[in-house]
Amino acid sequence: MLAETMGTKAVRAPSWKRLGSMREAGLVAIILALCIAMSFASPHFLTLGNFRAMLMSFSVEGIVVVGMTILLIVGGIDLAVGSVVCFAMVLSGSLFLAGLDPWSASLIGILASALIGAVMGFFVTVVGLNHFITSLAGMVIVRGLCLIITKGTPLSLFTLPPAFKAVGQGSFHGLPYVIIIFVAVVVLFDFLLRRATALRKVFYTGSNEKAALYSGIRTNYVKFWVTVLCSTLAGFAGVIYMSRFGAATPTFGVGMELNIIAAAVIGGASLNGGSGTILGAILGIALLSVVTSSLVLLNVSVYWQDMIKGCILLGAVSIDHFLHKRKAS
Amino acid sequence: MRNPVLNIRNVTKHFGAVKALTNVSFSLSRGEIHALCGENGAGKSTLMNIIAGVLQPDEGEIVLEGKTVKIGSPAAAQSLGLGLVHQEIALCPDASVAENIFMATTSRQRSLLMNYRKLEREAQDVMNRLAPIDVRRKVGDLPISSQQLVEIAKALTLDCRVLIFDEPTAALTEAETRILFEIIRGLKANGISIIYISHRMAEIFDLCDRVTVLRDGHHVSTEPVADLKPDDVVRLMVGREITQLYPPKQPAGERSHEVVLSVRALGDDHRFDCVNIELMKGEILGIGGLIGSGRTEIAEGICGLRAITSGEILLHGKPQAIRNYADAVNAGLVYLSEDRKGSGVFLDLSIAQNISVLNLDALTGRLGLIDAGAEAKLASDFARKLNIRMGSVDAPVSSLSGGNQQKVAIAKQLAVQPKVIVMDEPTRGIDVGAKSEIHSLLRELASSGIGIIVISSELPELLGLCDRVIVIREGTVAGELDAEAMSEEAVIRLASGVNAQNSQNRLASEHAA
Ligand SMILES: Nc1ncnc2c1ncn2[C@@H]1O[C@H](COP(=O)(O)OP(=O)(O)OP(=O)(O)O)[C@@H](O)[C@H]1O
Ligand SMILES: [Mg+2]
Repeated sequence: MLAETMGTKAVRAPSWKRLGSMREAGLVAIILALCIAMSFASPHFLTLGNFRAMLMSFSVEGIVVVGMTILLIVGGIDLAVGSVVCFAMVLSGSLFLAGLDPWSASLIGILASALIGAVMGFFVTVVGLNHFITSLAGMVIVRGLCLIITKGTPLSLFTLPPAFKAVGQGSFHGLPYVIIIFVAVVVLFDFLLRRATALRKVFYTGSNEKAALYSGIRTNYVKFWVTVLCSTLAGFAGVIYMSRFGAATPTFGVGMELNIIAAAVIGGASLNGGSGTILGAILGIALLSVVTSSLVLLNVSVYWQDMIKGCILLGAVSIDHFLHKRKAS
Repeated sequence: MRNPVLNIRNVTKHFGAVKALTNVSFSLSRGEIHALCGENGAGKSTLMNIIAGVLQPDEGEIVLEGKTVKIGSPAAAQSLGLGLVHQEIALCPDASVAENIFMATTSRQRSLLMNYRKLEREAQDVMNRLAPIDVRRKVGDLPISSQQLVEIAKALTLDCRVLIFDEPTAALTEAETRILFEIIRGLKANGISIIYISHRMAEIFDLCDRVTVLRDGHHVSTEPVADLKPDDVVRLMVGREITQLYPPKQPAGERSHEVVLSVRALGDDHRFDCVNIELMKGEILGIGGLIGSGRTEIAEGICGLRAITSGEILLHGKPQAIRNYADAVNAGLVYLSEDRKGSGVFLDLSIAQNISVLNLDALTGRLGLIDAGAEAKLASDFARKLNIRMGSVDAPVSSLSGGNQQKVAIAKQLAVQPKVIVMDEPTRGIDVGAKSEIHSLLRELASSGIGIIVISSELPELLGLCDRVIVIREGTVAGELDAEAMSEEAVIRLASGVNAQNSQNRLASEHAA
C-alpha cells in the first residue's frame, strides 16, 4: 500500500534516451568532427584506401583493447600486453622455423600467452600482489623471453605458406580478413559483456570486491580468468601480426600497452574498476588512430606526434569527466 | 523565533530529473536542538549537504547570523563554523583514528610538521568523551559502530556554531546513544545550535526542542516538540496514519518443532566458541548483544564468510559443508551485512544489477546469457514492494538516499528466495513507514517457511519483531528469551552479564573493549 501512495516509478528509461546519454555518442561526434575537418585539410584523407589503412592499423590492436577493457572493469590492469603480443609472435615464428606447421605453431603461441596470463593471475589472486606491479614485472620478463627466443635478431618468415599469410594479408571480396576477425571479436565480446552472466560478475567484482564476495561471487576466480583472457587475446593478436608482417621482431609492441590503456580509458573504462564498454574502447582506439593518420597526412613531424596524442588523451578524458560531473549534479 | 543563527530561504535542488528539494525554508535558533524528519528520500541529507557546502543549491539563499553567505565547499562551511556528521561514514580506512579525527583541523593548521604525540593525546581526549577506543588503531579495523563514533569525535574537534548530525545513531547501541545525547546537550548548553536527523521518534522526543518535517522535498511543518506526539510526526512525514508498528507475532499454539537451521558447537578459536542456535520453522529469531560481543562474527561464521574451526551447521537436518559464501548461497543461506557501503551494495552499478546479483542463476537462460527483461522486472517488483524511491531501475545505487540504498541491499537478499536469511541490522536508516513494511514482509516470509534471523542493536525492534531472542555475550550464547520472558531489561541483563541495577553503567563502558 505504501507503493501506491508514493507512486514509485519503476520503469526503465526509454531506449532513445539511454542511447543519447551513452558516452559513446560523444566519441562518435568527436571522431566525425575530426574526419570532416580532415577531409577539408587533406585530399588524401577521405579516400577508401586511407580508411582501409586506418581500419587495418587499429584492428589488431583493437583485439588487445577488448581484453584490456574487461581487465580494467574487474579493477586490474595489464602492462605486459605489448610484450605478450611480441612473445606469441616470436614463439610461433621460431616454432615454425623449427619445422612445425604454422597453425599448430600459432596455437602453441596463443596457449603460451594464456599461460603467462595464468602465472600473472596466480601472483595477483594467490600471492596477493596487485595487477600493476605483477604486470610491470611481467612486461619486463616476457620482453626478456622474446629476446632470448630470437637471440635478439628479427625472424624472417617469408616461407610461411600462403594460406596462413592470407589471414593477415588477404581479403574476402575486398574486405580484409583482419577486419572481419576484429569485428567478430568486438561484436562477440560486446554482446557477452552486456548479457553474459559470467562477465556480469566482472562488473560486480570491479565495482565493490567485498560486496561481490558477500554476494557469493568467487572474486579471485573472476580476476584470475580475466587476467588469462587478456593475455590470451594479446597472444591471438600476436599471431595475426605474424601472419600480416611475415616477420617476427623481438622489439615489436614496445609501448603498445600505453596506447591500449589510453584507448580503453578514452572509451570510458575506469581505472578504479566497475565501468567500461567494449564499444567505447574501440571508439577510443579509432579516435587515436584517426589522429595518428591525420598527423601523418598533415606532415606533422614525428617528434610532435606523441605529444599531441598525449594532449588529446588528456583532453578527451577531461571533457568526459566534466560532462559526467555536470550530469550527476 | 528569537535569534535565528541560520536561515535557509526557498532552497531548490535538482538531480537531473529528480527534484530533491522544492522551495524549502528552515530556520535554526541559537542553542536549540532542531530535529529534521522525513521519509527515506525526503531530502534531509540533501539539505544538510547544501548547508555543509557539499552540494550547491539551484535556487535559494542561506543566511548565517543575518548575512547571506555562499558556501562553496566543505572547507568554506567549516570556516563559517558549520559542521556535519555525514550519514555515510567518510573516513580514511587506512589511517589511524587520531589522524582521521584531526583530518579537518590539520588541513587548516599552519605549521609544516605534524606533532604526532600531541595529536594523539588530543585525539584520545576527544575520543574518550565518547568511548575508550584506542586512537592508534586503523579505522578500517574497527567495527561500524566505532567508526561512527570516530566520525562524531571528528566533528567535535571543529570549532562550530552549528553542528549537524545526519542519522548518527543508526549504527550505535543504546548505551552509546545515551552518551552521545549527553554530549549534544553539553554542546547546546554552550550555545551551539544542533540539527539532528533520525528516524527514531523516541530519540527526537527525548532530545530535541523543535522538529521540522520534510515530505517529498517540501517543507511540511515546524513545531515545538512539546506540542506534538510521536504519532503526529509520523502522520506529517508519511501523510497518513500508521496504526501498527509491528506485525502480529506467531501465535503460541502454532509454534512448530521443525528445525530449519541448526548450529552446533560452532567456534572459530578467536571471537566465538561453542555457539548453539536452533531456528524453528515459521519463527523470526532475534540475536541481541553488545557491539563487539561476537554477534556479527557468529553470523559470518554461519554463512561461510569467516573460517570456523569447530562445530557443524545443519539445514533441514542435513549437515552442510560451507567453506565460502558461494557454498552458503547455494545451500540457501544468505547474509545481509551491517556495512552497507563497504559490503552491501555496488554503488556505481544500477539498481537492477544490484538486486539481481544473488539471483543471477535464475535469471540466466541457456547459453549463459542474462534475461535483461526478467532482471528489470525482478527489480521493479521489489522496488515497488519495498517502496524504493528512485528515477528508474537503471539508475546507479549511488543516486539513492541512504535509506533507499538499504532497501536495495534487502531486496537483493529477498530476491534469491533463500531457505534462511541472516540479517545484520536490517532496518538501519530506514524510515518508520518503510520499516513496518519490511517487518511485515519478514513476517510473511517467515510464515511461508523461510527461516529468519535478525541481529539488531535496537531493542524495540528486537522485542517487537522477534518470536524468540538469543543474547550473545563474549562470543557465546548467554541466554535465550521466549515471547513470555522478553523485555528490554532481560536482554540488557543477559548482554552485560550483571544484574539489572548496574547493568546500565557496565553497558556504557564495555562495548569498545
Ligand atoms: N547524487 C544524486 N543523484 C541523483 N539523485 C539523488 C542524488 N542524491 C540524492 N538524490 C535523490 O534526492 C532525493 C533526496 O535524497 P536525500 O539523500 O536527501 O534523502 P534523505 O531524506 O536523506 O533520505 P534517507 O532517510 O534515506 O537518508 C532522493 O530521491 C534521492 O534519490
Ligand atoms: Mg539521508
